[in-house]
This record gives sequence, structure tokens and C-alpha cells, in this order.
Amino acid sequence: MTDPAGEAAALLRDTVRAEWAALVAVLVRELRDLELAEDCAQDAVVRALERWPADGLPDRPGAWLLTTARRRAIDRLRRQARYVDKLDLLRREAARTDEDLAGGPPGGALLDDDQLALIFGCCHPALSLEAQVALTLRSVCGLSTVEVAHAFLVPETTMAQRLVRAKRKIRVAAIPFRVPPADALAERIDAVLAVIYLVFNEGYAASAGAAPIRVELADEALRLAHLTARLLPDDPEALGLLALLLLTDARRVARLDAEGELVALEEQDRARWDRRKIDEGLAVLAAAARHERTGPFQLQAAVAALHDRAPSVAATNWRAIVVLYDALHRLQPTAIVALNRAVAIAFAGQLDDALGLVDALGTELGEHHLWLATRAELLHRAGRWAAVDAAYAAAVAAAPTEAERRFLERRRRRAAAGAVRFGHGQ
Amino acid sequence: MKYMLLIYAATDGPEPSPEQAQAEMAEWFAYTEALATAGALVSGDPLAMPTEATTVRVRDGKRLVTDGPFAETKEVLLGYYLIDVATLDEALDWAEKLPSTPYGSTEVRPVMDIPMPS
Repeated sequence: MTDPAGEAAALLRDTVRAEWAALVAVLVRELRDLELAEDCAQDAVVRALERWPADGLPDRPGAWLLTTARRRAIDRLRRQARYVDKLDLLRREAARTDEDLAGGPPGGALLDDDQLALIFGCCHPALSLEAQVALTLRSVCGLSTVEVAHAFLVPETTMAQRLVRAKRKIRVAAIPFRVPPADALAERIDAVLAVIYLVFNEGYAASAGAAPIRVELADEALRLAHLTARLLPDDPEALGLLALLLLTDARRVARLDAEGELVALEEQDRARWDRRKIDEGLAVLAAAARHERTGPFQLQAAVAALHDRAPSVAATNWRAIVVLYDALHRLQPTAIVALNRAVAIAFAGQLDDALGLVDALGTELGEHHLWLATRAELLHRAGRWAAVDAAYAAAVAAAPTEAERRFLERRRRRAAAGAVRFGHGQ
Repeated sequence: MKYMLLIYAATDGPEPSPEQAQAEMAEWFAYTEALATAGALVSGDPLAMPTEATTVRVRDGKRLVTDGPFAETKEVLLGYYLIDVATLDEALDWAEKLPSTPYGSTEVRPVMDIPMPS
């Protein structure tokens, strides 16, 4: 039994997943126009849906899409006289790919440079961070506008406008799609990694909406981190980010119980942690460390590695985690890093010191849900029953999502039971 | 691509000494020279203070002329360079090198390519 339409759709889906970034990247280099490149790539996908079931599946679907997109670009450019210079190049390239269809894959190094250029263009600091994130998911990951809108819980029209605005700025301001020169590279890599980290965080710990984990965003971030680590093999932080995402994501399945509720680290079934991801993450972190240039992502990955390797919360090397957070705080002296450091100090056994540190952060973070939740947890841990319930109540009120609110409510009820047990109940 | 580098800085600081003023002028001349040498300079001028400016609006068909600029910001537009470079990255590099960027701010605005009647 054959289902040509179904087979074609499945092959097309896989091809778009695997080759969208390369397809758009090559077209952007040739057309110097992201919007046109994407439109032509999209047209090629639509054309494939029509042709493949009738004509049979191509041997090299990626090359088929590229050739078709180029032909589409030629059609479009023909109508615009000012692009005459690009037409010749495109015609040559379109002809060449027809020959290539029978041959091997196109040049790897050139393709890598094109993909890097695409990523650096989408993550250009002249674009707002939200535009960078949206463009990266659309142009590098190949998510549709609807999917990107859904991922960030905004209406499709809002996301479409955001993407249109970003592409207009790219065109009008001539934001280049190229690998930055050496003197600007480190800073621009940081911007790319920041975008990937943001996508992952939104997936791993959603800041809004009903689903506490948005798997598709975490997966896209992992794909992006793999791609950038492969394209930037000499950058230890690109490796550090990949290690961090792998070592964190390894715990994903255990973070939700059978009812889909969040589970605290100490109550997670560590047998459910993904050994394959942990091993891969540890290997990537080791590769990063060989560069002997530490950075924030490598330090956070090292913290995640200590959690992943520990048999339980109690048997975790909290002293080492405190040392890592000390180093991270020197590189990134932010209140959130200081808060994480305080938690590590608490678990290392110095609860009173930790509570003092948390309280000292109150002026800066007092409204932040993480500060409120951390303070409640540490008061609970310290057995300061008189203050625990009010602290949990404040944390519950500030919880950004329903899932976190329910999680904190359960912690609050448990704390209340503890208070009764220790003779402090009301 | 043509970009306008719009040079903003606060003007409420202390008056520079004659030596300081001369050193600053030398910096601006050197910067302008560098732009010209790189083939990126189209034009550039300092502007008089906003207190010397006049703002024109037309409302309900009537011309309204008011003293000074509209915005009440601390940083004021002090001058501009019109440059011609390949992409935004080069324009941002030139903006970074402006003598005033370390204490002021520079807005980089693409110039629209609309043909003028000759």
C-alpha cells in the first residue's frame, strides 16, 4: 500500500527540518535579501507538495528545493528591473544545481559559512532581542510564522508584524548577513548564544501560558546550539552553551509527574534522567574546557553536570557548586546569579548565611517571583515556621504561570504540615 | 548605502578650557580626515545649539513657529555626518569612533534613496 501524498509530506517535513537553514542561507547569500530568500524557499516547499506526489520523490530533496527556489527567485526578479545583476548569477547557479542533483552534496565549508552568516544576521544587535529570537526561529529553524507566534503565545498577526518590521529594518538599514570580522566576533557570538539560551529557557521553564515545559522550543534551542557549536568549534562558550542545554534538558522528563505537574529537583526520579544527553553534555563540556577559556555558559554547564552526576540532592557536591557560582558571579555580577549562589550555600549547609544573602537581595529582587519562592523554600528548610506560610503566600501570588502557582501551593501545604508536626500550626 | 550619523550629547557640562577645546577640535578634525581618507565622507556639519533653533509646524492650515526644539531631552543634536559605506556594520564602526560617542550617543539613520528632481 502506498500513499504518495503522505510519503511526500513526510519527506518534505524531514527535509525542511534538516535543511531549511542551509536553503535560506544559500539564497540569502545569492539574493542579499532575507525576505525574498524566505519567500522563494517557502514557494519551493509549496511546489514540492504539489509535484512530489505526482512526479515521485527526488533523490536529493534539499537540492530540489534549492533549484526550485532559485527558479522562483528568477521569476520574481525578472519583474523588477533593478535586480538585473543578480539574475545572471542566479541563472548560472540554477543551472549548476541541476547538474549537482546527480552528484554529491554542495561544498560543505561554503555552506557552513552561509549558515553562520544567516545566524549572525538574524542575531544582529541592531535588531531588538524579540525580533532576533523571532527571526532566528523563522529563518534558521524554519518554523512557520504561526509556530513562532504559538511558541511565544502572541497572536499570529502580532508575530507576522514583528517579522515584517525586522525584515524591513534589515533591508532599509542594510544589516549585513556575514560572519563578523575577528575583532567583533566574540561580542557577536555572545549575542547569538544569548538568543539560543533565551529560546531554551522559554521552552524549559515557560514564563507564561498553561504548559510548564514547551518541548518544541527546548528542542529548537538544542538544534541551534548543536549547529552553532559545529560551526564555531573554536569557541568554548558555544560548546559551553550546548553542554549546558544538554545537561539541563537531560532532566526534562523527570520535571513533570504523571499529571503534568512540576516536580522539585530533590523529588525527581533520577533514573528517568536522560543518560545519553548527560554523557553527550559531559563530553561537550570537556571539549570546551580544553580551550582553557572559561565563561558563563561553561560554568553553568559545570553546575548542571554536578547535579546530573549526583545520586541525590543530599549527595550533591554543593561546595563545588558554590565555588562555580562564585566564579560565575565574578563574570556576571547579577542579582539572579547571587540568588542561585545563595541557594547553593543553603544546600551546602549554611542556611543562616544563605538566608542573610537572600534577604540582602530583597531591595533589588523583592518583587521577583524567583526571589519570593527561594526565600519561602529556605525559610521552610530552616524551620522558621512563623514566617514560612506568609512567604509562600507571597511567592504563590507572584507566580508567573499556573503550573508554578500550583507547585508553590503544594510546597506551601507541605510546609504547613511540617509546621503542625513541629508544633507551630495555627 | 548612505547613513546619517546624528550626533547627540548633553551640553550642560562645564565649559572646556581653551586647551581642552583645542584638543577636542583636533579630535574632530582627525575623525573627519579619517572618514575622507576611507572614502566614506559625503558631508558633515556641526549645528548651532537648540536654543538657536526654530521649529515650524502647520496645524489646520496655519503655520505655527515656535522657539527651540520640541523634545525636552538632556542630550541635543549637535551635528551630523553623512557617510557612504557598504553596510550597517561599517556605519556602526564609524559611529563608535566619533569623538562624542564615549560621552554622548550617536543615532545611525539610513538615508532613503529617493531621486531628487534636478
